[in-house]
Amino acid sequence: MPSSDTSKSASAGIVKAGAFSSADKSGSPSLEEMKELARHLRRHIVTIIGKAGSGHPGGSLSAVEILSTLYFKVMCHNPAEPRWPDRDRFILSKGHAAPALYAVLAECGYFPIAELETLRKIDSRLQGHADRNATPGVEMSAGSLGQGLSFGIGVALAGRLSAKDYHVYVMLGDGECDEGQVWEAAMAAAHYKLDSITAIVDNNGLQIDGCNCDVMNLEPLPEKWRAFDWHVIETDGHDFTQLLNAFTAAKKIKGQPSVIIAHTIKGKGVSFMENNVDFHGKAPTAAEVEKALKELA
Amino acid sequence: MPQEASQREAYGRTLVELGRSSPDIVVLDADLCKSTMTGMFAAEFPGRAFDVGIAEQNMVGVAAGMAASGKVPFASTFAVFLPGRCFDQVRMAVAQPRLNVKLVVTHGGISVGEDGPSHQAIEDLSLACSLPGFTVIAPADAVETVQAVKAAAAQTGPFYIRLGRPKLPVVCPEDYQFKVGKAALMRRGNDATIIASGIMVAGALEAADLLAKENIGCRVLNMATLKPIDESAVISAAEETGAIVTAEEHLEHGGLGSIVARVLVKNLPVPMELISMDDRYGQSGKPAELLQRYGLTAKDIAQAVRTVIKRKH
Repeated sequence: MPSSDTSKSASAGIVKAGAFSSADKSGSPSLEEMKELARHLRRHIVTIIGKAGSGHPGGSLSAVEILSTLYFKVMCHNPAEPRWPDRDRFILSKGHAAPALYAVLAECGYFPIAELETLRKIDSRLQGHADRNATPGVEMSAGSLGQGLSFGIGVALAGRLSAKDYHVYVMLGDGECDEGQVWEAAMAAAHYKLDSITAIVDNNGLQIDGCNCDVMNLEPLPEKWRAFDWHVIETDGHDFTQLLNAFTAAKKIKGQPSVIIAHTIKGKGVSFMENNVDFHGKAPTAAEVEKALKELA
Repeated sequence: MPQEASQREAYGRTLVELGRSSPDIVVLDADLCKSTMTGMFAAEFPGRAFDVGIAEQNMVGVAAGMAASGKVPFASTFAVFLPGRCFDQVRMAVAQPRLNVKLVVTHGGISVGEDGPSHQAIEDLSLACSLPGFTVIAPADAVETVQAVKAAAAQTGPFYIRLGRPKLPVVCPEDYQFKVGKAALMRRGNDATIIASGIMVAGALEAADLLAKENIGCRVLNMATLKPIDESAVISAAEETGAIVTAEEHLEHGGLGSIVARVLVKNLPVPMELISMDDRYGQSGKPAELLQRYGLTAKDIAQAVRTVIKRKH
């Protein structure tokens, strides 16, 4: 399935949700295909950050299964019409994970896969951090942390006012939850009983200056979200079946927003990047890219 | 004495009117809807009014998300909190993506009065004008406020509109027609030009009256739109009157005076005097006392005109 496969796109071009089932007739990818997709996404991420010479591999690699589950199994969206009014929305609040989002968007068909290599280059549509006006499929400009959930609330409230039934997914980093605005928004989403919002915390345990537990302790994180009146689901953020179950369960919750705390590994899939804080915001060298691609072969 | 009217009340009333004709208008506030008078809209359209509590950063983000989903959000609070309290949110969520968000703030300038320097926004216009793509307006009175708010609703793109707390003299005539980015000629004259915005327009007209008694003919321009500035009106004033005084309820840095000076140095430098808060904060006091203490009265403007005329060649 990877790379050039667009068979999932129905004639209308709309990507529909689907379960992991051999009897699935929707064209929705199987578990094996998803694992293969994840491997390709990781290869894209490492390659393009290496080519760019700067970027954030750690928090991009940790988000691969979350993003691919959303775009290939959960959300209803249309790569041929990125601003289709009825689409489910994905909002990347941790804007530095843009390479992961770009890789997924390219695999979906929002823009050519070859364009991924223009990341961070002059005149590219792929800016260093997610940019709403630059890239087809990107919903929000991000890069300054803490803002995505507020934006998502606005999108969800607008949907409610317009009687649309789209769902809004917002991905935050765990370190991002240091920002006060996240908790202003958490309070507001619960106040407005926005069950059309599912937040995902990419809980990889590290931020730029080190382990969250040393820089600024977030725990008990699930209890914090519960105290803000959110429905909390914890899951392995690299297990497709668990992730899909979590998204399905979250959408069934009515009268309050849900948050999926996805336990992930920063740098997942590349041995020397895993749990290595140095690769938060550092590009791999050419030799490191080569080594990483061998591991991801 | 001219009739006085509240810009805030005019804003609230205009929002209700806009709400009746456009279902996409939504209104956000941060626990100040009684003071900003957006509560008038909330009373008639409770389903389209969102008081997010004391959380200005969240308010701006929510407004951006609504704008990205086809709504026309008006977000309001005091000018000290917006953009100051949430400048990064305005920059990142509104200005960079150029979303159709209308930020309308009240309690601008030192005429806030007794609440003191914490509540006197004198940096806000500089911050708002620094943002690429923003339209920034400081209306002179209630009449202009109505028209500026309607213009913001009609035009796609981010707006910052700054209103005052006290009732202000009505200076715009009944047939006044506000145009975004266009200065309004309030008084003809050829000896010097006073360019004013907001509350200072009334003071500029009073100064022109004082100077008329000395046979000094002052042109008065109401420069409600600070960005984009009406360059041709500034250049014409320089050409035809040869001297300019600006008057604003704001720091000298980054406000109307700085903007006019920039236009002049690039086109036609002429002697110029700046009436402003200079580079200092205010204090508690009655609005009129504060305007007097900090040199923002008609007398101060008139004196600046006499000075600038002496500097003409």
